[in-house]
Amino acid sequence: MKFLRLFLIMLAGCAFSLAASAEELRVGLKSEPSSIDPHYHNLGPNNGFARHIFSSLVSTDENQQHLPDLAVSWKPVNDTTWEFKLRKGVKWHDGSTFTADDVLFTVERAQNVPNSPSSFVTYLKGKTFTKVDDYTIHVKTAEPYPLMPNDMSTVRIVSSKAAKGASTEDYNSGKAAIGTGPYKFVEWVPGDRVVIERNDNYFGKKAAFDKVTFKPIKAGPARISALLAGDVDFIDSVPPLDVARLKKDSKVELSSGPSNRVIYLHMDQYRPDSPHVHAKGGGKIKNPLMDVRVRRAISHAINRDAIVARVMEGIAVPAGQLLPDGFHGVSKKMKPVKYDPDLAKKLMAEAGYGDGFKMVIHGPNDRYINDAKIAEALAQMLTRVGIDASVETMPKAVYFKRASRGGKDGSPEFSFMVLGWGAGSGEASSPLKALLHTFDKDKGMGAANRGRHSDAKVDGLIQKALATVDADDRGKYLAEATEIAVGENYGVIPLHYQVNTWASKKGYKYQPRTDEFTLIMGLGKN
Amino acid sequence: MTAFILRRSLQSLIVLFVMSLLVFSGVNLVGDPVDMLINPESDQAEIERVIRDLGLDRPVSEQYWFFLVNAFKGELGRSFIFGEPALKLIIQRMPATMELALFSLLLAVVFGIPLGIYAGLKPEARVSRTIMAGSILGFSMPTFWVGILLIMFFSVYLGWLPSTGRGETATYLGITSSIFTLDGLAHLFLPAFNLALFKLSSVIRLARAGTREIILQDYIKFARAKGVREGRIIQVHLLKNIMIPIVTVIGLEFGSLIAFSTVTETVFAWPGMGKLIIDSIYNLDRPVIVAYLMIIVLIFVTLNLVVDILYSFLDPRVRIRGAK
Repeated sequence: MKFLRLFLIMLAGCAFSLAASAEELRVGLKSEPSSIDPHYHNLGPNNGFARHIFSSLVSTDENQQHLPDLAVSWKPVNDTTWEFKLRKGVKWHDGSTFTADDVLFTVERAQNVPNSPSSFVTYLKGKTFTKVDDYTIHVKTAEPYPLMPNDMSTVRIVSSKAAKGASTEDYNSGKAAIGTGPYKFVEWVPGDRVVIERNDNYFGKKAAFDKVTFKPIKAGPARISALLAGDVDFIDSVPPLDVARLKKDSKVELSSGPSNRVIYLHMDQYRPDSPHVHAKGGGKIKNPLMDVRVRRAISHAINRDAIVARVMEGIAVPAGQLLPDGFHGVSKKMKPVKYDPDLAKKLMAEAGYGDGFKMVIHGPNDRYINDAKIAEALAQMLTRVGIDASVETMPKAVYFKRASRGGKDGSPEFSFMVLGWGAGSGEASSPLKALLHTFDKDKGMGAANRGRHSDAKVDGLIQKALATVDADDRGKYLAEATEIAVGENYGVIPLHYQVNTWASKKGYKYQPRTDEFTLIMGLGKN
Repeated sequence: MTAFILRRSLQSLIVLFVMSLLVFSGVNLVGDPVDMLINPESDQAEIERVIRDLGLDRPVSEQYWFFLVNAFKGELGRSFIFGEPALKLIIQRMPATMELALFSLLLAVVFGIPLGIYAGLKPEARVSRTIMAGSILGFSMPTFWVGILLIMFFSVYLGWLPSTGRGETATYLGITSSIFTLDGLAHLFLPAFNLALFKLSSVIRLARAGTREIILQDYIKFARAKGVREGRIIQVHLLKNIMIPIVTVIGLEFGSLIAFSTVTETVFAWPGMGKLIIDSIYNLDRPVIVAYLMIIVLIFVTLNLVVDILYSFLDPRVRIRGAK
């Protein structure tokens, strides 16, 4: 009997120590990854999740600044060659050793994944990788290329041994999901959960949790109630409407910070006869959006503070350019355009549109935070300065095709659009190149320039910046390009930067990220 | 007989074909999946590559022809998003939806019939009025809203039941389901109740109407006059007779239960095929949408075919009339 009691005490002791050491975290995610293969689909939820398991040459911190990862240092050795020094003594999850061969294998594989719905070719093409020794790599480009570290931070390095001939299915099943990251892959049940566990051999800061389970919970209210009910410990994408209420909840900790995503307006600037702009009576007029005075008037007619306060529930920051302060290449001179309806009316009259005109504002209704409401608020504000604006919003599945290629000969269908842009590279060349450089298929520029804004001086500055390796000079060119394209030309009109909010139960605190990723490495105890 | 079955099978095939044509062209009218899939930072060349790789640059008629050829081989295309066969994705998620639908059916019957009979036997009682008022609410309240309300009350406020996801599963007699574990049942209850609410209300109303009608029949009166116990009258004479319309309705509407599960599955993050189809529609994952609809059509067509064949066995007139 005595023996039995002793045994029970020992058993209880074991159970207690297990409970004390095994720290488990459950996370509610808005969007789950569509694959575990880090090269299959170049999209936010996948790229964010992959960071737990796979490292890249260059890492980024919460403000998208570069940090060493599998590369301990990098520098341009001449105008067209970058050198990456690799970290020694790194072990893959299967115990084998990381070398330069894995990097060479990765850049090959990442460009050739079958069925990939969006590949990493964008970051790898035009680059020649060569191995100098086991821990040094040279990357050559035809032109000087400053964004090399940015590009290298997007591609996850996979093991040449585990991934040889591996298909996307092999990653999804876990067979090939071998990385060097802080967590190891355990299992994925699509639609239900993804489970990872701590990698004790990680070269960086050890992971805080033994096991993490991600659960996809798409509906915002459901995500919040799962947190309140204690079914998950941490959620992302808290809807702004709930932020005020959760702030008062003593069991919940909120973390929010501005993102790299700007919400802005694209305006048709190349068709004299724009499909959704008419005279007040309904007749044809020369497209007023081609006149910079009208675009400037529109910018002054918008009360950004009111949009932030009322439409966004205070969870946004008024925008004066394409990226918030602190990012590389933003202009220090530019502030949000002042709300001044009188000036707007004056400018309209100067441009010969004193009587105003009629226009349709197009926007998505399920893509950006409160997107449809933003469009409605804009319509009211524009109507006040004489522009009869009506609103047409639609699901993103319909919207983006029409906004990019819905018109004649694959041209943009709309005249005036609400859109958003997140600078994946974490610096100003990303929005400038895609939104404001002249649309040029062969150069791969202006791919998302739906207003077809075009200015030779801006193009020149963007190209110059993209070929300038010196960071300070490049920053100057980018800032100057922004000052002209946005500040003088009103090529696009910025509205606000989104603010992202995460919520956890008390005791944890998340370090908000501008790239919108939900990374468990950023979740700490307080 | 053989001629009848052959004729009906041929008709079913035609229905399938026409549906595939409708579904395929319908799905291809909306938007462009490339915009949903591609990283916004990609340049024009990468956008064109994806369009080419997914076969979206071909005319719709050609895409449809490929689809038909593959469908005959038993392949319903590959998901744009997951890169896996659409059929596999759907079948993976089918058990979760089936267990949800079956369990909510069970809830509807177990609670609906006794409540309905009670309301029918004592139509003037306060309890009966409450039941009937409740059934009207069950009909008219939006599923999404009720789901959130259930979560707020039972999970957040009381903390009794989990609010999200499917619980632990176990395999028993070759079937993997969450009804075999306590944790699984706890996870199942709220979504199943949410889904059952509509069906529960109709079972209550059918049971009550049946009871009201049958209780006045001569054979009930005769049984009572003979001195048969009330309990036996209800169990044998009443229950048997009201079950006929209830079973018919339940059987016919089992399909709608699966269809309705989309909303419940979204609210409770239930990993079933309803959630898959909603996600696929949002992301324009065309192969999955088409495959899902084809499977649903196939289920309905097969059920109808089986029912018709059974009918023709039971009632020869169906065969003769059909042959004319």
